[in-house]
Amino acid sequence: MAAPIVIVGAGQAAASFISRHVALGSQQPVLLIGEEAHPPYQRPPLSKKYLLGELERERLFIRPLEWYADQSIELRFDTRVDSIDRDHKKIITDDGESVEYDKLLLCTGASARSLPADIGGTLDGVFTLRSIVDIDKMSPQFQAGRKLLIVGGGYIGLEAAAASRQLGLEVTVLELADRILQRVAAAETSNYFRDLHSGHGVNLRESVRMTRLLSKDGAVRGAELESGEVIDADLVLVGIGSSPNTELAQAAGLDCDNGIRVNEICRTSDPVIYAAGDCTSFFRHGQQIRLESVQNAADQGDLVARVLAGEAVTYTALPWFWSDQYDCKLQIVGLNQGHNQTVVRPGADASSMSVWYYRDAELLAIDSMNEPKSYAFGRKIIEAGKHPTAAQVADPATDLKALAMS
Amino acid sequence: MANITWIMEDGSEISAEVKDGLNLMEAATANNVPHIEGECGGCLSCATCHVFVDPEWFAKIGEIDDIEDTMLEMTDVEREDNSRLSCQIVASAALDGLILRVPEPE
Repeated sequence: MAAPIVIVGAGQAAASFISRHVALGSQQPVLLIGEEAHPPYQRPPLSKKYLLGELERERLFIRPLEWYADQSIELRFDTRVDSIDRDHKKIITDDGESVEYDKLLLCTGASARSLPADIGGTLDGVFTLRSIVDIDKMSPQFQAGRKLLIVGGGYIGLEAAAASRQLGLEVTVLELADRILQRVAAAETSNYFRDLHSGHGVNLRESVRMTRLLSKDGAVRGAELESGEVIDADLVLVGIGSSPNTELAQAAGLDCDNGIRVNEICRTSDPVIYAAGDCTSFFRHGQQIRLESVQNAADQGDLVARVLAGEAVTYTALPWFWSDQYDCKLQIVGLNQGHNQTVVRPGADASSMSVWYYRDAELLAIDSMNEPKSYAFGRKIIEAGKHPTAAQVADPATDLKALAMS
Repeated sequence: MANITWIMEDGSEISAEVKDGLNLMEAATANNVPHIEGECGGCLSCATCHVFVDPEWFAKIGEIDDIEDTMLEMTDVEREDNSRLSCQIVASAALDGLILRVPEPE
């Protein structure tokens, strides 16, 4: 029998590959190997509904466990792949087993960055947020009245801040840059979320450098800032970004550059090895980029299944993202990197607005806060390659639907 | 519990008993209904769980809200008057017998 398609890493990209593989009626056997104990699951709700205890674990699963068996997909969980033997087209697992592959798909994802141990990164009560296990460790301790310190004012940190406030914790967020979301959004978007979180009682501290976490009996008790100020904390959540899991690919000699390098059909530098999701780096509009998003993982996984089925497709998907914090639904379309101008479009009320990013006259991306029309029609506008003027966008009387359809 | 039936454009059908509280996007992916993806997990950001609902069920399903109405502008197959996003339809005994027609993108 022909060797299977082997997938390393059981996340969104793997699930999307399998869904498309099945939908296309492809007959080649598939083996999915994952390090975690669960079938592929949705990560975005972890920092939201799952942390709040509003979603049971099984509802995180992208497909129920039994679905895979019904589709004759072989699953192996709690298993790490230690190495790839490219000459013999085999992978070797941590229990010493070697498995032959016909094609290999690397969906190894990314890992949350943690703080170094010498400044307290491994103390009890210090968490990162990436997996079901992470939340299951945090949840019992996230009790009303406790003091939570979040290191890093990015989307993960802010989502966790929102959920934690809803759970009744006292929350402080530390951001090294001069504003939260500095790396990913314009000042107008940062301002919106600063107001939102301040209004919900989060203590937001920007332009502060934390020097170390402080401990008592092996557990965290606070953080010391560069100024010498001490902030008390019972719990610390570290949200300082993530790094692509490229060790396996690198050790096998595959080209990597802040991610496993893939071409427009998600193929790595080995013609029978593909990669999809947060672990990949690829060329888009003249730049080598890496995306951490459901959209990218899902679309790349889907694409690889089509490529292996013989379809002539290339990766051109328009990126989109979302975040939910309190009553705010943030929806983002496009990538704002390289923008030199932003335009604010007011919403129907004070809680809604959108920020449109331009490079000169070219519309690149939109952040839409409680303003789904900007997102939905903005996506159509960008997909159609249209570039409305700043004046058109800023005028609330402009009919976005008409612009999108024109 | 509710018995839900999805009918594809080629006339093929999938039926399933769906537990109360699950939304019909989740139920569709669990039962391998084609063309229902639900990439955003049901938070009204992807519009990949588009279905057509017979109007006689409208009252039982509940009103469409502004966000869902807007997101229906983004569907692959153009919306019609009876379009809904199935992630916004939550199973309950009242929906027993519901039929959803699944549009097929080109």
